[in-house]
Amino acid sequence: MTVSLTIENLSAHYGTTQVLKDLSISVAAGELVSLLGSSGCGKTTTLRIVAGFLQPTAGRVRLGDRDLTTLPAHARDIGLVFQNYALFPHLTVLDNVAFGLKQRTIAKPDRVKRAMAMLERVGLAPLADRLPSALSGGQKQRVALARALVIEPPLLMFDEPLSNLDAKLRIDMRVEIRQLQRANGTTSLYVTHDQEEAFSISDRVAIMNAGRILQLDTPEMLYRKPANAFVARFVGFENLIRMKVTGRDGAVVTAEAIGGTKLHLSQDVFGAIKDDFVLASRADGLTVRRDGEGIPATLGTRTYLGRAYQYKCQTAAGEITANGALSDPLEAGTRAMLTPVPEQCCILDPED
Amino acid sequence: MPTRIHPVLGAFAALVFLFLLAPLVIIIGASLSDTTYLTFPPQGLSLRWFANIFQIEAFRRTAITSLQVAFLGTGLSLLIGIPAAYALNRYRVELPRWLSTLFVLPILVPEIVFGFSLLKSITIAAGLPVFPSLILGHALLVLPYSVRVVGASLASFDFSIEEAAMSLGCPPLKTFMTVVLPNIQAGVIAAFILAFITSINDVSVSVFLTGPGISTLPIQILAHMEQFFDPTIASVSVLLMLVTVGVMAIVEATLGLTFLTK
Repeated sequence: MTVSLTIENLSAHYGTTQVLKDLSISVAAGELVSLLGSSGCGKTTTLRIVAGFLQPTAGRVRLGDRDLTTLPAHARDIGLVFQNYALFPHLTVLDNVAFGLKQRTIAKPDRVKRAMAMLERVGLAPLADRLPSALSGGQKQRVALARALVIEPPLLMFDEPLSNLDAKLRIDMRVEIRQLQRANGTTSLYVTHDQEEAFSISDRVAIMNAGRILQLDTPEMLYRKPANAFVARFVGFENLIRMKVTGRDGAVVTAEAIGGTKLHLSQDVFGAIKDDFVLASRADGLTVRRDGEGIPATLGTRTYLGRAYQYKCQTAAGEITANGALSDPLEAGTRAMLTPVPEQCCILDPED
Repeated sequence: MPTRIHPVLGAFAALVFLFLLAPLVIIIGASLSDTTYLTFPPQGLSLRWFANIFQIEAFRRTAITSLQVAFLGTGLSLLIGIPAAYALNRYRVELPRWLSTLFVLPILVPEIVFGFSLLKSITIAAGLPVFPSLILGHALLVLPYSVRVVGASLASFDFSIEEAAMSLGCPPLKTFMTVVLPNIQAGVIAAFILAFITSINDVSVSVFLTGPGISTLPIQILAHMEQFFDPTIASVSVLLMLVTVGVMAIVEATLGLTFLTK
């Protein structure tokens, strides 16, 4: 049985500080949605409210047709995986996994059988009699995962579950988490500050800042089409250039920026372009050329990336990072033009 | 390779041990003396003063009272102290700073003042009988140990474990009993022992709270010494020491003494 999670107009305060501002999000049945943002953005607060450890000042949390908002944590039936594993130090691996079943007054033989089967699935059955202190970080997190999954919760939540693991293990574990989550079809909410982790594991990602969701979309869409300047910067669009439309000719608009920049952009590629906009790109969205149409720049430090050269460029709009062809290395101080690669760029509304 | 110890350091250490242990040696010696007055070195060797303790009914009666008061008082202090320590740690951010200081006041206030104020409040003002006053007084006296020592083990307790238990369907009180308590067990036992020893040795609070017919062993020792200056006092002291050593030996055998110093 899979159900959806609906968070409606959630607000939360710590003292007088508002940490969540009218936040709404819904996670479809069987879907894995990540909350992604830097620390203090409200992602963990959201998770803790859904878990029942914090009370919101406004808003509702629904799981399927159950309203969880006022239920105590132990009555919510949610599987939780913590950053620091949070295993019971005084219980064996098997007893840790069986803990949730014991609360559900499942008879001991059945409890042990189910816990062992779950340990089998995460590959830890031989360690069933160990204490958590005798496990490695990766093993601990597998136990924590087994403990959360064995109760077959309608909702699984992960709070930065891989942050304490080393880089290689992190990649293995996230594949494993994804497989288990898919296999069980459990609706999941996943909190992380790691973009790569969020993008690789999620069906959809919500990028958060200052208690709000700025964009909720598939990783592919977020990566290619950020909806606003904050998200654009977050996903690596480092060059944001403010422009003004000075002429329109059918689908093609002429836009200018300070310092003599003049570009022709097709609305067939970018969609409707407003009179005031921001052209956003990553380094590979701007090509360094000796001449032609583009943003006039003076080249600075050149670094070798393997597939291209990367230049720090000085322009009238500030410092910009752009890539140039391997066939034509240019020296620092050279005057050049930075030409947008339309498919690699996007058009955003200016920030206030 | 064995570590070389500087002769001066060695001598200083020996002096410290001598200073700590000499009084005990003197008491043990005096308790074995065959004389009717306290003396050291003992003259003659006899266990008659040990036998004498058990012939004096007051010692037996007050020893029982002392044990009762120590057990009940310490138990009561843990009943208050464990939840207090839990709250002080769990809600460290939310609770005002002075609250944790409040719980160590019985140590900070001069004992004689504390004893007198207990007499004024619980015995005179509240009119509580002697025995309950003693228990309550001792509970308050040793409360700082309960709060502090249990608090120390809670300080290293990871409260997300508690949240994990609740997320798995365990209600709050049951979570405390099945997840929190087993993990602070060592702290609770350490607190019990420290509080128990403090209670059983206490004079300054007991002296105000004891009353007609009910007294504690240390008070009885004082009273006895005022009347008779015989080696019985030394014998009782040796027995008290043996009890303490016995408790420590049990702790060492079961938990290891190191957890007391953690």
